[in-house]
Amino acid sequence: MQDNIRGRAYVLGDDVDTDQIIPAHYLTYNPAIPEERRMFGVYALSGVPAARAGLPEGRRPFVPEGGEPGEYRIVVGGRNFGCGSSREHAPLALDEAGVEAVIAESYARIFFRNSVNGGYLIPFETPTRLVGEIRTGDDVELDVREHRLTNHTTGRRYELSPLGDILPILEAGDIFAYARAAGTLK
Amino acid sequence: MAMTMTEKILARAANRDAVRAGENVWVDVDVLLTHDVCGPGTIGVFYENFGRDAKVWDPDKVVIIPDHYIFTADAKARRNVDILREFVAEQGIRHYYDPGTERYKGVCHVALPEEGHARPGEVLFGTDSHTCTAGAFGEFATGIGNTEAGFVLGAGKLWVKVPETMRFLFEGEMPPYLMAKDLILHIIGDIGVDGATYRAMEFAGQGVHALNIEERMTLCNMGVEAGGKNGIIAPDSVTLDAVQARTDKPFTVVRNDPGATFHSERVYDLARLEPTVAKPHSPDNRAAARELRDVKLDRAYIGSCTGGKITDFLAAARVLKGRRTAIDTFIVPATTRVLGALHTERVGGETLAEIFRAAGCQIGQASCAACLGGPEDTFGRLNEPLRCISTTNRNFPGRMGHKEGEVFLASPLTAAASAVTGRITDPREVL
Repeated sequence: MQDNIRGRAYVLGDDVDTDQIIPAHYLTYNPAIPEERRMFGVYALSGVPAARAGLPEGRRPFVPEGGEPGEYRIVVGGRNFGCGSSREHAPLALDEAGVEAVIAESYARIFFRNSVNGGYLIPFETPTRLVGEIRTGDDVELDVREHRLTNHTTGRRYELSPLGDILPILEAGDIFAYARAAGTLK
Repeated sequence: MAMTMTEKILARAANRDAVRAGENVWVDVDVLLTHDVCGPGTIGVFYENFGRDAKVWDPDKVVIIPDHYIFTADAKARRNVDILREFVAEQGIRHYYDPGTERYKGVCHVALPEEGHARPGEVLFGTDSHTCTAGAFGEFATGIGNTEAGFVLGAGKLWVKVPETMRFLFEGEMPPYLMAKDLILHIIGDIGVDGATYRAMEFAGQGVHALNIEERMTLCNMGVEAGGKNGIIAPDSVTLDAVQARTDKPFTVVRNDPGATFHSERVYDLARLEPTVAKPHSPDNRAAARELRDVKLDRAYIGSCTGGKITDFLAAARVLKGRRTAIDTFIVPATTRVLGALHTERVGGETLAEIFRAAGCQIGQASCAACLGGPEDTFGRLNEPLRCISTTNRNFPGRMGHKEGEVFLASPLTAAASAVTGRITDPREVL
């Protein structure tokens, strides 16, 4: 787990479901095969309707048409981020696209668990709505230990919710490393 | 200490006398379910972490039911099924239902109980969000990811946070124009798509216990659309008959303790509910079907784990018998058993298949098909920005294939009535 993450923010709205994060017709790629795993990054967030892609303006695709992913390191969402299908390809796709953390008001539980147990990204919860506060492309910095977000573009700072129960798993790396360290897995 | 059904099941699986909502516990897994979309990734995680020679913790507790991308020419989809075949052969997994053979079933959530793998009191994890369907059998059933499933394959256990329980009681008698789908769409409209996040949803009351097992499965199935961790219904004679007809494995019936603590309780009077629709693009975007009578449609789709069971097609046939559809109408049985029933179950002397064909419907093969879009050659997929009424579970943007498509979720009765008129129609108009 990194203690500090700085990069550009990509902003989405409420109820971003996993079909938007990675549409179902890409699920035939097998994440266990490296060259296919890459493709999830290429198609990450390709199901988001244009008007809601990259708020507040919209029509800012997460990955430019025909381009490579990697412009954004932090995704900001509203309520119920990652709802819908249980596909782990969703946090995996964001990870493959270079995202290190998502900051949302709340998460659907399977996406939240997948993010942590698979070691893909840090799912931070924010007690205040950041959609509208932060704009796509803003230069933001996350102090993971202090659960604090700084927007260098505007100079504003935001307190996020502590990571709580999931911190030991994030620190270990994933559920396997965590269970081995805890002696649950021999 | 008084516990809810869900707490009791998790306490037993955690080898504890008692657990409380909010605790994190490691539980022993009774059944792990996976399919062709998440199976290959799960298998990859398993071998990567436990070693190439690793064996699964218990081959009899692993159930693999390919169902998503079966009737497609897509090479990767076919390759993924080959990965499953190789894995079950290596691991000696018997509960595998191979496409292209007599054993092929179709949609895992409907096939699982058909094959006797859903039993009261057990803990079921599946790599699919609609795994919660099996809560209808009085077990703890929930969806997980590939990494977690890969972990379970080797360890036979997983950590879970014990959920609080929200109770939903249905009082009165079910009117002939309502189905379980209307009830769950009504609940989701009330509490929202995140209204039950991290919680168990228990369905109870006289109205629920009067439902057959398939309708109960529909209720639990869409619990995840309110963010629920699991749906659950206390076992009764309907449950026990359904389970014992399919398996002779022993199981333990678990019910709420008197005095158990619940998060909340909502009571509904069935006589006051109406045929319900979820408008695009969210399952909680609720309206009464009669309020949408001016909404013209391009297509009707009756299928999926939510709306492709025998009960669903019997209901659709009641409406379609002797009528013609005004729009393209797709009939997709969830499993091969349901497909068989289309040729044996009758309404007024005619088989369901005869009724659907006479009405102008197209009948597809048993699978998930266009519920989640899938490869472009998928039966019923929205390859154009069409407006579709569907008995499926999700109407997110792009869910059935086209990003600008519009999906209205409804019961099989409402979908069939709408297929006849070509616009959203309350089934009371045609019944």
